[in-house]
Parts: sequence; C-alpha cells; structure tokens
Amino acid sequence: MPKVKVDGVEIEVPAGATVLQACELAGKEIPRFCYHERLSIAGNCRMCLVEVKPGPPKPQASCALPAADNQEIFTTTPMVKHAREGMMEFLLINHPLDCPICDQGGECDLQDQSIAYGRGQSRFQENKRAVTEKYMGPIVKTVMTRCIQCTRCVRFAEEVAGVEEIGAIGRGEDMQITSYLEHAVTSELSGNVVDLCPVGALTSKPYAFEARPWELKKTLTIDVMDAVGTNIRLDSRGRQVLRCLPRINEDVNEEWATDKTRHAVDGLVRRRLDKPYVRRDGKLVPATWEEAFAAIAAVNAGSSVAAVAGDLVDCETMYAAKALVTAMGGSLLEGRQTGMDYDTSSLAAVNFNTTIAGTEEADAILLVGTNLRWEAPLVNTRIRKAIKKGAKVFAIGPEVDLTYRVEWLGNDLSVLGKLPKNVADAFKGAERPIMIVGGAALRSAHGAALKLAKSLKLVRDGWNGFNVVHFSAARMGGLMLGYAQKGGIADVVAGKPKLVFFLGADEVDFSKFDKSFKVYVGHHGDHGAHHADVILPGASYAEKSGTWVNLEGRVQRGERAVFPPGDAREDWTIFRALSEKLGQTLPFDTIEELRADMGRDVPALAKEGLASFEWNPPALSDTAVGTIDAYPIKDFYLTNAICRASPTMQLCSAELLHGDELAEAAE
Amino acid sequence: MAEAPQIPDEAETRARWGGFAWTTENAVKAKEIIGRYPAGRQASASLPLLDLAQRQVGAETKTQGWLPVPVIEFVARELDMPYMRVFEVVTFYTMFNLVPVGRYHVQVCGTTPCMLRGSDDVLAACKNHGLAKGKTTPDGLFTLTEVECLGACTNAPMVQINDDNYEDLDYDSMTAILEALARGETPKPGPQIDRQTSAPEGGPTTLKEMVSENHDYRGEWA
Repeated sequence: MPKVKVDGVEIEVPAGATVLQACELAGKEIPRFCYHERLSIAGNCRMCLVEVKPGPPKPQASCALPAADNQEIFTTTPMVKHAREGMMEFLLINHPLDCPICDQGGECDLQDQSIAYGRGQSRFQENKRAVTEKYMGPIVKTVMTRCIQCTRCVRFAEEVAGVEEIGAIGRGEDMQITSYLEHAVTSELSGNVVDLCPVGALTSKPYAFEARPWELKKTLTIDVMDAVGTNIRLDSRGRQVLRCLPRINEDVNEEWATDKTRHAVDGLVRRRLDKPYVRRDGKLVPATWEEAFAAIAAVNAGSSVAAVAGDLVDCETMYAAKALVTAMGGSLLEGRQTGMDYDTSSLAAVNFNTTIAGTEEADAILLVGTNLRWEAPLVNTRIRKAIKKGAKVFAIGPEVDLTYRVEWLGNDLSVLGKLPKNVADAFKGAERPIMIVGGAALRSAHGAALKLAKSLKLVRDGWNGFNVVHFSAARMGGLMLGYAQKGGIADVVAGKPKLVFFLGADEVDFSKFDKSFKVYVGHHGDHGAHHADVILPGASYAEKSGTWVNLEGRVQRGERAVFPPGDAREDWTIFRALSEKLGQTLPFDTIEELRADMGRDVPALAKEGLASFEWNPPALSDTAVGTIDAYPIKDFYLTNAICRASPTMQLCSAELLHGDELAEAAE
Repeated sequence: MAEAPQIPDEAETRARWGGFAWTTENAVKAKEIIGRYPAGRQASASLPLLDLAQRQVGAETKTQGWLPVPVIEFVARELDMPYMRVFEVVTFYTMFNLVPVGRYHVQVCGTTPCMLRGSDDVLAACKNHGLAKGKTTPDGLFTLTEVECLGACTNAPMVQINDDNYEDLDYDSMTAILEALARGETPKPGPQIDRQTSAPEGGPTTLKEMVSENHDYRGEWA
C-alpha cells in the first residue's frame, strides 16, 4: 500500500494503483479522454498530465504511471496547467467547431474539458484535417472528423465485446478509426461505443438530431429486454421516451447495455394498443372500458379462469392478476409461454446462483445448451473477464460464435453423464467451477445437470456454481409468484379455462386456447392481441413503476418515465377495476398497498436486492438423452413485442443477422 | 482530407484472389518464419508473412506485388489473428501496397536532404518518362510514388525501385535508369556516380594512408 502525497495531502493507495487513480482517491479531478476504468490503459490522449516528484522534470501521463511510495503528485502547478492547455490546443487543432450541430453537445467530454482546462482561443491558422465518414452499422453514426483517436471504441470492441472489427488504420495525421472494410460491426453491444466516445465522432444513429440532453427528463428504471435486468435511465421528452442509457451497477450490468436495451425504445410509440377492443362478429372493434369489462363479465367464467404471463411484465401486474384469479377461485397461472415445464419446486435449481458478478471469479465453466451471447449478453461479457483471469470454457450444444474460445463437446446431451477426461480433469482441479444451463437443455437435461453439479461438487462452501440462465425479464418474478404449473402451459390448456388473461403474452400457441375467452392485457398489437377476444390496453415497462427480478434473483424496482398512450392504463389498475365488475374487489387501491400485499405473499419481493433461495435441488430423472438442435432465441433483435415494433431493431435484424440473404435477394 | 484507403472493388478482388494460398516454396518459408516466434506470439510474424504474400502476388502478376483484401485475410487466418488487426498493420506501413502497382515501383524521396540535392530533377525525369505520381503507366511497367525519407540521405537524391536503392541521381542518370528498366535490363543499384557506397566522392578525405596499407598514426598525434 504505497503512500503518496497529492497536492500536499498524504493518502494511502491500493497497490498497483496508477497516479491518476491516486489523484481521484484524493478527490482531485484529472481530465482524460482515452483512460477508462473498464478498458486497458492506452495513454495516447496525454490529457491527464500531472507533475510527479521524484521523476524527470516534465509532465507525466498519470493514467499510465504506477503510484509509488513517497511520490509527490501535483495537479495544480503552472506546469500542469500549461501542459493541459497545450494538450487541449493540440486536440482541438483538427477538431471541427461544429458543436451546434453535434449530437454530443451538452454531454461532450471535449466540450466540458476545453472549457475547464483549455485556452480561450486557438492559435491554429492552417486548414483543419477532415476525415471521411465511416459506416459502422445501423446503431452507430460516425462523424470521423470529430475523432480525437482516443481508441476507446477499439479497445471496447476487442476487450469487452470480443468482436475485433474496429481498428485504427493508417498512421500519423492520416490515422482513422474504422470498422473492418466499413462493414457493420456485428456486435450486440455496439451501442456502448457511443457512450464511450468522449467526443461526437460516434453518436447514436437512431437518436440523431432528436433532442438535446438538457431537454430530457431522466428516469431511473430497469430494462426488460432480457433477464439480466440492466439498470437503465430512460430519457424522455413530453410523452415519448427518446433514448435509453445504462446506469452503473457493478453487480448487474457494470456500465454496459445491449443494443436491444438501448434502441428498442423507438418501438414504444409504434403499434401501441391505446384503447380497449372487443371482438364482435369475429372482428376486433374499439370499445370503451365499460364495454370491455362487461364483455368479460358476460363470460361468467366462475372459477374456470387462468392467467398466462408474458416475458416483459412486472411483478405487480402478475400479482394483481394472480390475486384476481385466486379471488375468483382459479389457480391456473403460468409464465413459460412456449411450453417449458422444468421443475420449479426449488427455485435455487432454476436460478443463476453464482450471481452475474460472481461469474467473473469462475475458473472452469460448462455451458449446457445456451447461446449466452444472445440469451444474456452481459453475462457473456463476464465470462470473457473470467477467461482473461484464466478460466476454461466448455460447451454442449450447436456451435455458435460466443466471442471467446470454447471447447465444444457436441450437441448430444448424454455427454452430461460421462464427461470427456479433459473436462472432468479441468473441473476436478477448479476451485470455483460453474455450470450454466440454458433453456435448450432445461427441458430434457435439468435432472442430469443437477446430478452432474452434485458429482462435480459445484456447490461448496461459499460457492454455488449451478446456474440456469433465463432470458425473460418476467421469469424469475413469475416463478416466485407461482406462475408455474407442474406440466407447464399444457396444464393450463388441460384445465380448459373459460376465461384466460394473457399478460402481454405473445409467444403462446393460441390455437390451443380456441375454446377459451381470451383477454389480452398488454401494450403492443402483436401476436397476443391478434388472437384476443378482448384487449385491455396496458402500460409498457417505461410507463409504470414496477418490480422485476433478474435471472440471479435480484429484485429491482423501476420508476415510470412517461404516461401510457391514449386510454391505456397501468396494468395493476386494470385488474383492480375489473375485479370490481366481476364482484371480487381486490383489496388494494394504491400501488403501495399492492406491494405490501405482494410482500406478504412473497416476502422476497418486498425489498430490493438479491433474494436468497435455499439450495435444495429436487430429485429429478437424471438421465439426459437426445440432442440440442437449436437454441431458443432465433433472432436476437426480435424477441418481444416492443422490439418487433421497433424500426431500429428490424433494421438490425435485417442487416446484421440476415444481411447475406438480403444481398442475395438483391442480386 | 484523410481519405479512406482506396482499395479496389471488393467483389472483383475476392473473385480474383479468393483462392490465394502459399506456393509450395513459400509454404515452407512461412512455416519457418512462424517458427521464429514462441507459440502464442504468432502475431509477430505478420510483417514477414505479409511481405512474403506481397512478393508472391508480385510473382503471380509480374509486378512488385500488392495485398488484395483476400490475401490479407489469408495471412490473418495463417496467424490466427482477427482480420482488422492485420489490416491495421498493412495500412500502417507504406511498404505494403493496397492497390496494384507496376513491375517497377519507383519511390522517389522528396524529403529535405534529397530535395536540396535535386530530387525535383529526379521527379522531372520521371515525369518526362511518362510517370505520374500515384499512377501506373499504361504499359504496366512503372508506378511512381513520392515518399518521405528512406534513410539514404548521404547519397541524396535517391529513389527506391522495388528492392534496390539508386543513389546520387540527377536528371540524366534517372532517365538512364528508367530507360534501362524499360528495356528489361537491371541497372547497377547503389550510387550512380563514381563513389563507393556512401564513402566520400573522389576517394577518401581522411585516413588516406590507410587506403593501401595499414598505417600507424599514433606517432602523429599531437
């Protein structure tokens, strides 16, 4: 623990800290462009110069200089001031003065730091350099003349995203940042380079020229595009969410977000259900709430009622629906729309027990039937970090590019029963082994995976290495609330309910419900709404305060950013109002009361944070037969109703996943 | 304007060079080059392999050689590197050509020492012989490039043609070289005046007694 003096104040810094980190610990602000906590050190912008004694009598780049014992660091001396002014002047030599038409304006590091550390005006009188625009895909817009070559985007693509498609070509003044041959960057994390870019060189293409940062209302909430539960900030103006940015949460998403999280928000204003509909003579016609409720009451379902939850709903909605179904005397609740029927008697057996952050510590990893890159991209980045620390990764399933080196063990599930010797050896020698079971294997190999977990001793003191990865934001919350039948949705079908509530459920096989009266409570006119007999317009995740539980059992709460459009209402209020019409008035009038009730029902949902599930694996048939032919997600960009309504996601899907087919069609 | 590299049409180059592979001879060489570096550090072999590939393309096209995109990707695969990393290397070094060049790649140095010693005359000789900067002559023989210092300032002005340096040039000697090359001859590389490598013109100016025999200067030291 070296002791250093920063501007005369002595502090102790962790071993291995840099001078820049020492200054930050001492509360000094050091300007920087290329340095980023989560990326490797490049030391090429030279903005973080400070004076260090002992050392050569010149300014030193603090980001790349290790802090040493008895160092004296000065951040306010004339030398430092001049050095910063000089660097700023160099950086601005070729930077255009186009802040008024630049999307970064108002949240630009270069703008802020030139005000704080730069000179009043430039002495540069020559022609400025200009650089041609580069194509980087449907998400990232480039204005490369603004680039200051900090190489953050290059390092992000290589180190975090694992897609080495961005690089710096040429040299000297002609150095340019570009994607390989200007093809689209094929990463589901490409949007993060927009946040990383300290200037306006890489900006968001869908958000181009939409708004200025100071016009936007910022709401902190939780993303529902996958089960990771990315902490996000929704920036809205008036009634529209204009963009979505990740918040920092070291336990969940660090500071990244997937492209789907960021850019599906333009689907929030398209294909919306903004008034109730009732099916008359086989056709859905607009109706009033009264008429819609009357149509539901007319079914006279008695206790023959069920609820099927979709992938995006919050716990409050599910609890309200559950309360109504239970009050009516029904018990058929299910959230696994596509027919999954894995055992849920112990939630720990279907939870991501290692935790997302814990994955980094793993030293031997076995993926069973999961395309983690699509099912939980931000867990995938953690595995990349684990590999950097020396972890070995094996996988069972069809081969896909997971952005890292994987030893594929074929797609035959019987491998679980007799692991090849090298895999068994790797796990035997591992201190923190983990197994991640995906949806593709959960159905036929849940028991076998649990058995293997036992024989490999994945669960040991202070370490639980058994993980199941879900990809629906509603899944863990739904399981905690009892949205699971023993036989899955088949049990609901077999119960032949007269009345079924579909809570934003769009992936259900509706043909099996043709005898039931289908009420769709949701926000997008997608698959579910087409088959409904009554549509009750609800609120999307941006339009309600809700609780979501992510794949590791972390209970998180989000706030409302905007109001639902038209006649649409927050979902729980719909059930409250409907319950009155059905003569089963629910006992809560405010969301606080609902949450208190929900907390009594499932105590873990009452407080935010990691819910703990006791490790008590069920006894299941432990033979695994059959093969994994495909992973459940067919198209990363079009997994739910919101992204299917989003033009940006459609573009991404068409270009990044089906680009070859399109090119062939054009020929 | 910093332009993006003007590489030839991708579909065409892929059609022509997509099947690029080492010749038997070069495969042996490539193996030897990669073997010079410890396992896991093959990336270090990117420069020599790219050079080898450029030479092979040169041999196939009877030019100095260039690096079509599929060839760059071939080298990247050989070294297990991402395409972008190898592409960065190719664009960084001016010795790698991203566009086809002629049989003789005439690189005229125009940096200060050469300019002061008459590189303008050398360029004029090239121009009068039908060469234009950045272009290949219609007969496919010459490509002219003006380059920065090639490190032979003692013998300024100089040009580098493929692997050879021609030094101490003037208008006439440059014209003679180009004509000789056009005739298919190989002019003598090195200084084009009476001078041994970079030794002083007209013989030594110091240590003159040492020219013919060993001489002990120690007695002459003051």
